Amino acid sequence: MPIQVLMPALSPTMEKGNLAKWLKKEGETIKSGDVIAEIETDKATMEVEATDEGTLGRILIPEGTADVAVNTPIATILADGESAADLGKVSAPAPQPKAAESAPSAEAKAEAPQPKAEAKAPPAAVAEPDPEVPAGTEMITQTIREALRDAMAEEMRRDPDVFIMGEEVAEYQGAYKVTQGLLQEFGARRVIDTPITEHGFAGVGVGAAMSGLKPIVEFMTFNFAMQAIDQIINSAAKTLYMSGGQMGCSIVFRGPNGAAARVAAQHSQDYSAWYSQIPGLKVIAPFSAADYKGLLKAAIRDPNPVIFLENEVLYGHTGEVPKLDDYVIPIGKARIVRSGKDVTLISWSNGMTYALKAADELAKEGIEAEVIDLRTLRPMDTDTIVASVKKTGRAVTVEEGWQQSGVGAEIAARIMEHAFDYLDAPVARVSGKDVPMPYAANLEKLALPNVAEVVAAAKAVSYR
Amino acid sequence: MAAPKKSVVAKESGQEKASGSPPEFTKAQELAALRDMLLIRRFEEKAGQLYGMGAIGGFCHLYIGQEAVVVGMQMALKQGDQVITGYRDHGHMLACGMDAKGVMAELTGRRGGYSKGKGGSMHMFSMEKNFYGGHGIVGAQVSLGTGLAFANRYRGNDFVSVAYFGDGASNQGQVYESFNMAELWKLPVIYVIENNRYAMGTSVTRSSALTDFSKRGASFNIPGQQVDGMDVRAVKAAGDEAVAWCRAGKGPFILEMQTYRYRGHSMSDPAKYRTREEVEKVRTDQDPIEQVRNRLLAAKVSEQELKAIDAEVREIVNAAADFAQRDPEPDPSELWTDIYR
Repeated sequence: MPIQVLMPALSPTMEKGNLAKWLKKEGETIKSGDVIAEIETDKATMEVEATDEGTLGRILIPEGTADVAVNTPIATILADGESAADLGKVSAPAPQPKAAESAPSAEAKAEAPQPKAEAKAPPAAVAEPDPEVPAGTEMITQTIREALRDAMAEEMRRDPDVFIMGEEVAEYQGAYKVTQGLLQEFGARRVIDTPITEHGFAGVGVGAAMSGLKPIVEFMTFNFAMQAIDQIINSAAKTLYMSGGQMGCSIVFRGPNGAAARVAAQHSQDYSAWYSQIPGLKVIAPFSAADYKGLLKAAIRDPNPVIFLENEVLYGHTGEVPKLDDYVIPIGKARIVRSGKDVTLISWSNGMTYALKAADELAKEGIEAEVIDLRTLRPMDTDTIVASVKKTGRAVTVEEGWQQSGVGAEIAARIMEHAFDYLDAPVARVSGKDVPMPYAANLEKLALPNVAEVVAAAKAVSYR
Repeated sequence: MAAPKKSVVAKESGQEKASGSPPEFTKAQELAALRDMLLIRRFEEKAGQLYGMGAIGGFCHLYIGQEAVVVGMQMALKQGDQVITGYRDHGHMLACGMDAKGVMAELTGRRGGYSKGKGGSMHMFSMEKNFYGGHGIVGAQVSLGTGLAFANRYRGNDFVSVAYFGDGASNQGQVYESFNMAELWKLPVIYVIENNRYAMGTSVTRSSALTDFSKRGASFNIPGQQVDGMDVRAVKAAGDEAVAWCRAGKGPFILEMQTYRYRGHSMSDPAKYRTREEVEKVRTDQDPIEQVRNRLLAAKVSEQELKAIDAEVREIVNAAADFAQRDPEPDPSELWTDIYR
């Protein structure tokens, strides 16, 4: 029976890619291990190797096709003795079970309304105009990855003391291709590949910052920054205070944070709560492409140590970024991205994906949710939260991190302190489950928050 | 780059002590070294007294016995070179030229202290004197000092940074992470390992698989040298060599200073891990200050001249102690300042 070749995934979070080139023609003989095609994403290019032997029967996706979804059949291989006439009867490799389908039925029921694909869709349209952008500003569509790269490149052009160091940031062009092109523009003096030595290079970065340079330290992920957390907290965050204001540290620690996809507990953790507890640090965790750009530029200029939490799942997402010479967003300002009068949803980073989708769902049921993107976790914009809760009387926090001592817990406490008399219901928290991140697709999905949970929480606090 | 010419690392004995005496000091150098070491000794003695009186709180790690290390090294440096160390830092600050009053007032937690009373004994800094702390986490200053050297190289100047740490810190992982990057990028940093034989209460033989600390950079091809850290002239000579190496762009250099602390690890350490006789023997035979004093007397410098130095130093220390006890505590509003710039 002819065999289908499927569009492969280059990374755990890849959803689609371009079929760049076919290296074999229809009718050519193929041996296992032959490179038959090249595929690419904005992040990388990879060769597709045949795993079966036979003849390339038919090319289903022509070269040059963009945005081919992972697992789409791209070609058919005929086994020995088969001919074009057999092309109709195709055997595809067993499809990967959808997480919801393989979940136990009880949980599946609770999860079912929101399939994974929907939760991972690009951000919903923002209802409120961005107050930082003058009306009529031209917008360009960019991926978050590109917005970050542009922010760094602009700041490096502006200030010769800014440099970037980290693993694979230079010659490899970034483990997640965030630093693409920086080595070519700024050279090896300012775009520095480090050995795999997080504790050491974090300390070197802090030392350089103490002497007045402005390092951007990239962690391949924030999971690895745990090796360096002593330098971040004990050296970077505390020195200004311990020196009586003499010696500060203008440094940005950035990299992907939070749940990635299918990489399990050691590579999938949200550090929002960890860093946001520390006086002396500023902590930023944006969601939209424009915020990624404007806030990273602000972080690089800030004279304090800044933790800039990115999200790997969002890197490839696109958004509108204002085409301004110098688009800098003030640190510490939340943004109301959707206004509503019935309930306030508060989130940041990828949690916004769930919050915005939930707001859409709630609107269908006549509940108008106001959605706040915190953007900065420290200093936290309590005023915006409190003003909204005073209007709606109800609040739900949404985060991928754990609940105990989490950011949601902090928000709930602030609401209680500043808007207790305005609350019509206790604040509800939607969060990651209190477990290490599991690997299995169904369990991973269960461990993360989802849109249904946000909808349910919003209804619960609305007594509906 | 060719292998270091003076590759002590490769020597089998690892004992790269100069045979015979180190280069002589001029009289002016001897007098300056004596004065600077005496200032540290008397300052530390006074700090110990104030601690006993309850005027200094928390941890207080005294430098008594190790004075020749920092004084000799400082003589090898030039204006603009940076110094960073751990928490046994009072001597380093005085050697860098920081004001004894400001240091002592920080020990007593007063507003006139270098950190306005917010850092204490282990956390003091002076941008003006290029002293970068004063760090409380064992080994952290090694990566930070490497970062200072990184900044020098980035800026293309010829300054060197000196990162001091002890035999105890030498077993921390980030020390080797730093060694690797420093040699890889040829950073101008001198790693001064102050081997005072005890990491708190653990002797080097109980904590270190390789007790020749000058060889600790061997697998990174960093040259190292063992130095008699009780002889200020030997320290200066080794410092000169290391500084020349770094300024020439050849990368980092390791100096193991063989020294000794007379007092406990901190004020609260009864020092039961070593004998009284061991301490007395070092004091009698090797004291860094007595060595200089004896040489000066042998060179016919008058007792009078030496007493004048003693008197000057005592006056500085007494004035510092006086200031540190009279200066007010920080204003309560200082609790909330200096968290962000």
